[in-house]
Amino acid sequence: METLEQIKTRAERVVPGAQLTIIKNDSPSAQHSLLVAVEHAFAVAKFLRDDPALRLDYCSNVSGVDFLDAELSEKVKVKKVVDGVEKEVEEVRKTKRAGYLEVVYHLYSMSLKHGPVILRQRTGNRSDTVAVMSLTPLWRSAEFQEREVFDLYGIHFYGHPDLRRILMWDGFKDHPMRKDYQEPDDYEYEPTPHDDVCDKTKAHYPKQEVKA
Amino acid sequence: MDDGLKSELTKQGIYVVKLEQLYNWGRSNSVWPLGFGLACCAIEMIAASMARFDLSRFGAEVFRPSPRQADLMIVAGTVTKKMAPQVVRLYNQMPEPKYVIAMGACAISGGPFKQGYNVLKGIDRYIPVDVHIPGCPPRPEALIHAFMTLQRKIDAQKVFGPDRARHFDASQPSEFPIPLYGEHDLVPAKNPNVWEPPVVVR
Amino acid sequence: MSAATETSAGAVQTLTFPDAGQTGFQRRAEVIGVGREGELLEVAMGPQHPSTHGVFRMDVVLDGETIVKLKPVFGYLHRNHEKIAENTSYLGSMPYTDRLDYFCSLTNNWAYALSVEKLAGLQVPERAEYIRIITAELTRLLNHTCLAGFLLQDMGALGTPLMYAFREREKILDLFESLSGARMMCNYMRFGGCRCDLPPGWLDAAKKVVAEYPKFLDEFETLLSGNEILMARTQGVGKVSAELAVNAGLTGPMLRASGVDYDLRKVDAYGIYARYPFRIPLGSHGDVYDRYMVRMLEMRESLKILEPALKDIPEGPVVDPKAKLRGFRPKAGEAYGRIESAKGELGFYLISDGSPNPYRYRVRPPSLINLTVLEDMCLGQTVADAIVSLGSVDIVLGEVDR
Repeated sequence: METLEQIKTRAERVVPGAQLTIIKNDSPSAQHSLLVAVEHAFAVAKFLRDDPALRLDYCSNVSGVDFLDAELSEKVKVKKVVDGVEKEVEEVRKTKRAGYLEVVYHLYSMSLKHGPVILRQRTGNRSDTVAVMSLTPLWRSAEFQEREVFDLYGIHFYGHPDLRRILMWDGFKDHPMRKDYQEPDDYEYEPTPHDDVCDKTKAHYPKQEVKA
Repeated sequence: MDDGLKSELTKQGIYVVKLEQLYNWGRSNSVWPLGFGLACCAIEMIAASMARFDLSRFGAEVFRPSPRQADLMIVAGTVTKKMAPQVVRLYNQMPEPKYVIAMGACAISGGPFKQGYNVLKGIDRYIPVDVHIPGCPPRPEALIHAFMTLQRKIDAQKVFGPDRARHFDASQPSEFPIPLYGEHDLVPAKNPNVWEPPVVVR
Repeated sequence: MSAATETSAGAVQTLTFPDAGQTGFQRRAEVIGVGREGELLEVAMGPQHPSTHGVFRMDVVLDGETIVKLKPVFGYLHRNHEKIAENTSYLGSMPYTDRLDYFCSLTNNWAYALSVEKLAGLQVPERAEYIRIITAELTRLLNHTCLAGFLLQDMGALGTPLMYAFREREKILDLFESLSGARMMCNYMRFGGCRCDLPPGWLDAAKKVVAEYPKFLDEFETLLSGNEILMARTQGVGKVSAELAVNAGLTGPMLRASGVDYDLRKVDAYGIYARYPFRIPLGSHGDVYDRYMVRMLEMRESLKILEPALKDIPEGPVVDPKAKLRGFRPKAGEAYGRIESAKGELGFYLISDGSPNPYRYRVRPPSLINLTVLEDMCLGQTVADAIVSLGSVDIVLGEVDR
């Protein structure tokens, strides 16, 4: 199979206006991924599926990921004047990164037996722009998995034939897999509490006076 | 009745028993479970009814598909909040006298999945449970032991008197309110008439 | 078909049955167009139902006995495995993977261990690879045997094939119990190998079980595979075409019964599968009978892997000496690892941010994705056929709902 850079170049040629970004993966698995903008996601995915060299006809896995607002710090070597001498000093630079939600698709090919090609779509932020393109019209296997991402993360999929909750009941209001979800407090009885569960339990009992 | 008289009559072929003993003997040796497996413990329940461990020698061979024909509900597996109203509804549909065995750590208190937003921390929050079987999953032998415990419990139930069994007492409820799906949790989170968190002194 | 009865007056009365021309065992699935007199009936089958393999619900809309619409509903066993894993260390999630596909716990363990090994770049010693392949193929035998039992139970053979299947299952569970301490929830694989070595005498016991298995399979197949009722109830039922199967992401025996040659043991060649020549059975019609036969043949091929593996297993360590179990912090990054479990492709997608807990832990459940085609399989067929089709998909709710 061709490398990710070659796929990126060909996809940008086929789909006008598409700007794909390669997200590097530092782990030994070396599974790098392609980030595509929401407007071009469907066209790029169609190219990946129908191109005769790639023929990625099998969408194996669709997952949602939640990234909260974070402060990224990186160590940067900066030339500074210290005591009259110009030296290279390591400085910690902090950048604020707004939170977003992500949908990750793992694509394989059953006809040519290669893969994976990993495709990612990102939402604008975590509160109001939470919609991405649904790839269910291209790969039917995404149907239930995108419903699950909608149920647990709250990401809306344009073009999904039947977008409703799949694992939680219909009247449920929250999106439980988000990092800032507050779960209901039913920890009244904990026979062997540990760590933070112990604190949740203690809140249910009145404070007991310690006898001297 | 005097024991000597009893043994004399037995030698003649006349057996003297209390009505309670006869009634309970018949009931405890033919407890029909409802075929209701939720999760992994259900596989051990099926294994307990198979040839190696054989639950049918205790009278429990026929797993009834319908709650209207069952005496015993073995809650085998994790009860989630989505499933809890259905469990209570099935319990209400069973006719008296009815018993519940909570099989496995999940049915007793939520088990290993206790920190789950969708996991009900124990089925005894909504319905009364007679026998609890710890284990994850409990071995089929543990289920057989629970069966025998239940049989002993049924044998000890009284028909008359102030401490008679629940189904003879008109003031005791035999149906329990079904929780509703709320926006964040089940409504109500527990049934206070059935379950109060036990006070643990630390 | 007609029958003759003698009335009380002595004259012979002949009764003719209205569907003369069709014998009791021949049925044709005809799509009855909606337009007959009457109403459509909406029925919720489940979550408590003797044949739904767990707490699974199908909302069917019926025209008489024919299914017009079918929507699966699940989530009744959603136990928040992924959320709990974000708060637990990597090793702490291993017992939870047992409870995913609770029928085959050792293959789940292997899939998770494989994904973490990909994430952290760990190597597995030879003996551990042999143990992994032996336990995975034993699990596959277990699973396919019991599936045949459950399928026949759904068809009405209440209990008998299931008794035979569970008898064999108990023999394999005894092996697992002496290996890992538990019958079902084994929690045996570790990152970089296995938890502990084989106990003495285990190999001989395993060889005995594997040597006796072909005889059991012959007995099972004599009773079932040529059985007229089984063939009439499963041939032509629940058909899935190859194009739909690939597009819907089906994997495992469901995919191979539709004729698509895709088995991860050959495609990815993970573990030491590349050393053993075994064949992949493929179906041609994609119906329930093909799925059943594919599973029967897969069991025989598994025995071809087990026999040489049990002989060739070398001595050595069972866990990578360099692997750290306590304080395990893989480098930040992500990995997707997958194996061919008995149900299909079981994959784990892990994102690590350098801390001891995973940042994102996702299970790719084969049973959930195999259910995508349930409606297509069952439209136009009767309720009884829907039960049989569902049985052939081989779902385990622990995996569907996680």
